[in-house]
Amino acid sequence: MGSITEADSIPAERIDLNRREAGRRLRRVSSIAICVLLWHLASTRHMDLGVITFQNVPSPAEVLAAARELLESQKMLSHLTASMSRVFSGFLGAAVIGIGLGLMIGRSRFAEDTLLPPLEMLRPIPAVAWIPLSILMFPSSELSMIFITFTGALFPILLSTIHGVEAVDARLIASARSLGSGRRAVFTEVILPAAAPSIFTGLSIGMGTAWFCLVTAEMIAGQFGIGYYTWASYTIQNYADIVVGMLLIGLLGMGSSVLVKKLGNRLMPWHASEIRKS
Amino acid sequence: MSPVANHASPGIQGHIEIKNLYIQLGSGDQAFEAVQNVSVSIKPGEFVCLLGPSGCGKSTLLGALAGHLQPSDGSIHVDSLPLNGPHPERGLVFQQHTLFPWKTVMDNVAFGLKMKGILRAERHKRAGELLELVGLAGFEQHYPFQLSGGMQQRVEIARVLINHPKVMLMDEPFGALDAQTRMMMQQLLLDVWESIKTTIVFITHDIDEALFLADRILIMSPRPGRIIEQTVLEFVRPRKPELLTSDRFIQLKRHCLELLHTQSADFPLQRLTPLGVIS
Repeated sequence: MGSITEADSIPAERIDLNRREAGRRLRRVSSIAICVLLWHLASTRHMDLGVITFQNVPSPAEVLAAARELLESQKMLSHLTASMSRVFSGFLGAAVIGIGLGLMIGRSRFAEDTLLPPLEMLRPIPAVAWIPLSILMFPSSELSMIFITFTGALFPILLSTIHGVEAVDARLIASARSLGSGRRAVFTEVILPAAAPSIFTGLSIGMGTAWFCLVTAEMIAGQFGIGYYTWASYTIQNYADIVVGMLLIGLLGMGSSVLVKKLGNRLMPWHASEIRKS
Repeated sequence: MSPVANHASPGIQGHIEIKNLYIQLGSGDQAFEAVQNVSVSIKPGEFVCLLGPSGCGKSTLLGALAGHLQPSDGSIHVDSLPLNGPHPERGLVFQQHTLFPWKTVMDNVAFGLKMKGILRAERHKRAGELLELVGLAGFEQHYPFQLSGGMQQRVEIARVLINHPKVMLMDEPFGALDAQTRMMMQQLLLDVWESIKTTIVFITHDIDEALFLADRILIMSPRPGRIIEQTVLEFVRPRKPELLTSDRFIQLKRHCLELLHTQSADFPLQRLTPLGVIS
């Protein structure tokens, strides 16, 4: 679509913009490279700084070798699918319940008064603290693990949805009503799309925190999963594998968050371009 | 000139009768009378400008006409019927940024028809005709953020017109535009109004704007908002920009300036909107 802004922009400015963009990308990549280099130096020299020691920390080269070994082995796929299905089930449940409750709480004072206080009380409880109770509450360890990733994802989604609904411009609602919208149309035509960007931010953060809770969840049981793999590597003193597990979780968490954000931008073209403009 | 014109009903539609209207805003200690004892009768098809300083309650009065604010006393009738909340027959245009950002220009304009359950193809056909009327043909698939402020206000006007309102309520609709665009929009609004002849209640604090547009101006005093004077403007239509420098125009402008000057509050008042107080 040829927007007005595109037509107006001057080529010279665009080249300048591209150069600046390339510069930023270079800086970002070098930042990661420097971190890896520092890690390499600290681990190969077995640095000991008193409060923190790198004596038992594996070096990047060792981690890379361990990662290659894991990738080539058959175990990898089952670890990945186990973790992903847990994270996505937990996330999906959190999305449905978080958005549902958030819309209700954001729209109705009654729902806010009755539903929000208990949720606020549960919110600060960390995932680890849920382990014993979730083992007692759920018939299978698989379900308890899903529940723990669910608790991680629920609150960011819930709070962003509430915020999104409450921040809807009253004038937009008034305009819709003056144009003939009833309660239901105001909800579907104004509240939902107006809150959507905030909801997607919550989903993206929630996806990250679901992965964040994965190790905690997979400490419960099982023989599969990246979180399990990380924890098991520690107990059998395979230190390089710990870092492989950590990095995998980081990468997958980041990747799926980006995926959610991309999906949001696809569904909300007006929002993506508004952000790019400002 | 356009199919829109055919729908404008002859004669009696859009008669507004306001009697002893009081509107209270805020609550508890903060409560105050924003509109006090206002009685006005507006003829069908009349273009009335409400002129007054910021915070004087003119937007509050408009909000009550739109049905978004509840009067504390008195009555408003449109074509002999008492108001009951907002209605597409009374279209409301805000100052800025009230198009739905997630809808294209076409879908924004067609929104009123969607609410009436009219099918998509028919909605788009009629929205397209209105976009042509306000000079925005070719921008159907743009999103509001891709348009300039003036173009956005044209879309606002088209979005309200699609419901064939008996009354158009406009709250400083050109207040956020630069001077040149504002003149263009005033001309456009007059052209559109000539072809559809709906009643317009137009809020402004710009004296030139009020004198250029209106059949009659009502001047309001700040808090509590009362109508302190009305002037019928007999300038011929269609009005041309030359009017702005004519003797009679300048004479009236001087008179309005004096009135507004003596009436302005000693301290700046909080801005009011058709939805009440901005908190």
